[in-house]
Amino acid sequence: MKFPYSETVLEHFRHPRNVGQIEEPDGKAIEGSPACGDMVSVYINVDKETNTISDIKFESYGCASNIATGSIITELAKGKTLDEAKKITWKQAADALGGLPKLKAHCSVLAIEGLRSAIQNYEERHGLVKERKPTTVDVVRRRLGKVMNPLSGLSVVRTNLVTAIEVKDGNVRVIIDLPSDHQFAPVVKEEIMEKIEPLWDVKSVEVVFTD
Amino acid sequence: MLERVVYLDNAAATRLDERVLDAMKPYFFETYAVATSEFGYSLGIEAQEALGEARSAIATSLGADSEEFIFTSGDTESSNIAVKGVAQALGEKKGRHIVVSKIEDFPVLNSARALEKQGFDVTYLDVDGEGLVDLDKLRDAMTDRTALVSIQHANQEIGTIQDLERIGGICREKGALFHTDATHTFTRVPLDVGKIPVDLVTVSAHTIHGPKGVGGLYVRSGTPLGKWMDGGFQEFNLRAGLENIPGAVGFAKAVDLVTPEETEKLRAMRDRLIDRVLAEVPDTTLNGHRSKRVPQNANITFHFVEGESITLHLDMRGFAVSTGSACFSRSLEGSHVIFGIGGDHERAHGSIRFTFGRYNTMEDVDGIVASIAEVVEELRKISPLGRDKEGQEGSK
Repeated sequence: MKFPYSETVLEHFRHPRNVGQIEEPDGKAIEGSPACGDMVSVYINVDKETNTISDIKFESYGCASNIATGSIITELAKGKTLDEAKKITWKQAADALGGLPKLKAHCSVLAIEGLRSAIQNYEERHGLVKERKPTTVDVVRRRLGKVMNPLSGLSVVRTNLVTAIEVKDGNVRVIIDLPSDHQFAPVVKEEIMEKIEPLWDVKSVEVVFTD
Repeated sequence: MLERVVYLDNAAATRLDERVLDAMKPYFFETYAVATSEFGYSLGIEAQEALGEARSAIATSLGADSEEFIFTSGDTESSNIAVKGVAQALGEKKGRHIVVSKIEDFPVLNSARALEKQGFDVTYLDVDGEGLVDLDKLRDAMTDRTALVSIQHANQEIGTIQDLERIGGICREKGALFHTDATHTFTRVPLDVGKIPVDLVTVSAHTIHGPKGVGGLYVRSGTPLGKWMDGGFQEFNLRAGLENIPGAVGFAKAVDLVTPEETEKLRAMRDRLIDRVLAEVPDTTLNGHRSKRVPQNANITFHFVEGESITLHLDMRGFAVSTGSACFSRSLEGSHVIFGIGGDHERAHGSIRFTFGRYNTMEDVDGIVASIAEVVEELRKISPLGRDKEGQEGSK
């Protein structure tokens, strides 16, 4: 039989580690939503003395790579300091899984974000974050760094799919170097909207394709 | 390793029937010549005769004359010829407007989109919650400029069968041509062009245990159709290219092998699967119409879980099915059919299509029901969504 994933992915998919919830966790986050597709929730407990992740659990409403990535990041993050855990990348998770298909980057990156958001949630709740920053072109660019270009498995920024970003009075315009009828145009647009719309001072988001 | 895969994706492709292969073989090794004119050499005349007999057999099964049926490379090509061919022939004369349903399969849908880019107006007609075209909306959408209406006989994903007789009647009334994609109904659901007012019908061999790469198009006598594939004068000068005679012969044999008894057997398997899953697996929704449905199709959404995860688990247990989940599709988009019937991403995400064929048995039905119930239960355990967890959902 021939499966579309590595042995390690299949193993984590079949037997995901650290599944479930933590009662009254120190930090938690839900990334994605049923409306947009995949969804991951991550729960952490933090050892305050060492600032390390003492316990971590996840739940997934998603495809095989989403489940496997959720599982592997719990293993990678457990025992790490918050700063170390924040720096875990999709690439590291993918490597630990023996590789992930490029096309699946966008499904699996959600788990990485879930982990970072859970840490952020912990930090916010424990007064460890600074003031909210206004949304600038740089902020948008950084967030778009999490939107994957399905053609390459790298971010839309790194692969120059984003040709321009404009931010004016809370209205954001992102210019994408794809024709609007491209196979991946709808999914790229949806993910950009999803990343930028929740920013606290953003009023509207427009994704423009270059036909 | 598993001994046998229970294949339940017969809408996508079917196993070739050995009897079809036997019928095709002589046209690879013995009568392999080009189909010549009646003044050619004997091998070519024999090839021509075989092609003619295959054509006549398939045309007859549709209630058509031989001269009204052309062979193509499959349903994609047939629908391209129909939609673009009519647009090319009538766009200037009649008008640059065509009507398609929102849930057409990609050959029709993307042909319509291609025409839109060339300046045609396209109406993408809504369907109701079960996938049926609203006939009043169809009537309202049509104008004097409408050259073509293309509405499928049955849907590729949810199996809903449209009322072709009434749709065709409206097209006649309004003076537009009518094409239907019958890829998923041909031989399983009756379609007689003598009774149904339809001008073009797409059919294909790959859904009925015939060879891949062979299809056909019924073209009612006198239907204006632009030539799409240029070359020689084959297929009544509508589709150039060396004829695929083994394919044509195989297609005819495949049509011949479908029996009403077999179709009833498929219907019984479908009904058992739908009834058992809806009764035994909680939080499930049938997609498509319960009775106006092709006999071989079941499509069910398993809520709170994602389809690719289901298909992979089932694959590891030896079952092949497909899903309308975005994660499964080449474009990473959820099923346009599930969206078309008013479903949301969640409904598309957890939708599984089961399509039966000649080589399935009732044991396969019981096997898939037991396996899918287990798989869905396992996946629901790790899902943050679900009825018993609702209280925690809004706690972001």
